Amino acid sequence: MAYDKFTVLTSTAVPLPIENVDTDQIIPARFLKATERKGFGDNLFRDWRYNGDDSPKQDFVLNNPIYSGKILVAGKNFGSGSSREHAAWAIYDYGFRCVVSSFFADIFKNNSLNIGILPVQVSPEFLDKIFLAIEADAKAEITVDLDKQLITIAATGESESFAINSYKKHNLMNGYDDIDYLQAMKDEIRTFADKSIY
Amino acid sequence: MSQQPATLFDKVWDAHVVRKIEDGPDVFFIDRHFIHEVTSPVAFLGLENRKLQVMFPNKTFATADHNTPTINQHLPVQDPLSANQLKALETNSAKYGISHWGLGNPKNGIVHVVGPENGITLPGMTIVCGDSHTSTHGAFGAIAFGIGTSEVEMVLSSQCIMQPKPKKMLINVNGKLGKGVTPKDAVLYIISQLTAAGATGYFIEYAGEVFREMSMEGRMTVCNMSIEMGARGGMIAPDETTFAYIKGREKAPQGEAWDKALAYWKTLTTDEGATFDVVYDYQAADIEPQITYGTNPGMGIGISQRIPTAAKAGGSKASYEKSLDYMGFHENDAMLGKKIDYVFIGSCTNGRIEDFRAFASIVKGRKKADHVTAWIVPGSHIVEAQIREEGIYDILTEAGFQLRQPGCSACLAMNDDKIPAGKYAVSTSNRNFEGRQGPGARTLLASPLVAAAAAVTGVVTDPRDLIA
Repeated sequence: MAYDKFTVLTSTAVPLPIENVDTDQIIPARFLKATERKGFGDNLFRDWRYNGDDSPKQDFVLNNPIYSGKILVAGKNFGSGSSREHAAWAIYDYGFRCVVSSFFADIFKNNSLNIGILPVQVSPEFLDKIFLAIEADAKAEITVDLDKQLITIAATGESESFAINSYKKHNLMNGYDDIDYLQAMKDEIRTFADKSIY
Repeated sequence: MSQQPATLFDKVWDAHVVRKIEDGPDVFFIDRHFIHEVTSPVAFLGLENRKLQVMFPNKTFATADHNTPTINQHLPVQDPLSANQLKALETNSAKYGISHWGLGNPKNGIVHVVGPENGITLPGMTIVCGDSHTSTHGAFGAIAFGIGTSEVEMVLSSQCIMQPKPKKMLINVNGKLGKGVTPKDAVLYIISQLTAAGATGYFIEYAGEVFREMSMEGRMTVCNMSIEMGARGGMIAPDETTFAYIKGREKAPQGEAWDKALAYWKTLTTDEGATFDVVYDYQAADIEPQITYGTNPGMGIGISQRIPTAAKAGGSKASYEKSLDYMGFHENDAMLGKKIDYVFIGSCTNGRIEDFRAFASIVKGRKKADHVTAWIVPGSHIVEAQIREEGIYDILTEAGFQLRQPGCSACLAMNDDKIPAGKYAVSTSNRNFEGRQGPGARTLLASPLVAAAAAVTGVVTDPRDLIA
């Protein structure tokens, strides 16, 4: 599925300073019954966001109108647990294009990159600085520059560089995906498969 | 073969790299691809949108498990969304020529149970599935890990994914596991030591006396939970136990092909002098039956211990307090004696015949506690048949338990098998996340022996007190 190119993103951010946010929290299993990829944003963080009677939980950050934006900032070990890509779909569908944390679970990171969400891993110290900046001003802007691999807090000018391999960076900046790449090398794959004992 | 000393993981990984991309991932060839109803439909839609075909239909196997009922499987599935998903798997499999063991098929069951028991999973393979517990298959000396739906589409269309090579971790456990201490306890102990993110970025090899002496069922339980410490997967070098398990299974090689395969499989060990990025050593004598008290699998302790304080547990105090608050527990609480409401035995972690034998060893001659609701869910129809043949069914029935039909069931509670809000469940599954077993449900992860002890006493009980 095609996604928007990612170059430079400047946006306010939504803070979620909780550690070990697993993909069952991002989207509970009972919302995985669709056979198409649409509408998952409505159930993003469903059980933290809504009560059993579907009324919004007022103390959850997505229900607080002062916070908005295309960047989600979360505590360490974000996206652990189930491999469900639905978690990344829900985050994308809700409107986020970038998730910032001090540590990501592997499968979630791969899934995000594959659908055009940029996971930005920062140091624990820089993560705290972002949380403090948002706490001081809910409209604080963050700039994520993929080409320069730099994340900047606009209000303070503080910045930190982040890592991404050049293959994935090229894909995200151009809206390409791995399937395009693999389709272009099928003869090589077929030759390889011919040697397999399985 | 490389002349440099290599690890088991290196040998299998390097044999599957089709192309290396500079400052990028490896193009990684996949020998076996399992699919199920929940994470495959959007991948098939992707194929249609791009007008792509399945490149090697005989390398993909479909089974329905996540979203299936565990009673009345002969009747039409009630929930229209679930029925639609099951239908999509059947239709897509038929359209592209993929083997499909749907609901009602005698081979049907949980994907990570049916793969090994039918000889589809073999040493030295690369195996993926849109399910994080694909790590289970590492028990055979395979590189096996969970993938997302975009990657399912890649494997269907090109039999490859793009994957950076993980770092290597070695976990040694030496000595002998004590009475009442099972493979599940060994892995819960390791996770409690390493934390839920302690192996992120790594692929694990489990080695040492404990794993060498472990059955294949036990090894599968251990490798299954590798993902619960963040590792993509974990593997154990294949040995005579592995070969004996595989030999004669339906899809295992036979005759000359078996001899050839066996000769190769015997080379799949870590060479002397090969190095790992990190090594951990544990002693079996330090491991007692385990139980979790929090909302990630790293929050586990020996069953006789008390819940640690936030300071002792480490990490963010707010997150720790949120977790205990959800569980309705407090720092320094004893776990023994806590009243429980539900018991679930099953899942890809502990839904194999050995697990039901262990459960039956404790409930035999005892009765289910009146206030406990127990869900006994075999991992496959083959396991279900074994339960009946071995007389375990009769032991369960006499003790007041009912056997359900195979599926993932209350492990992820996608079907109707949901633990009600606020209730406590001792569960042999793999995740105690908030709401994992139903909105508001509180999960205590444990072994089949601990689950059985809780089922007959109604409280958290040390199974060693009930073993003769």
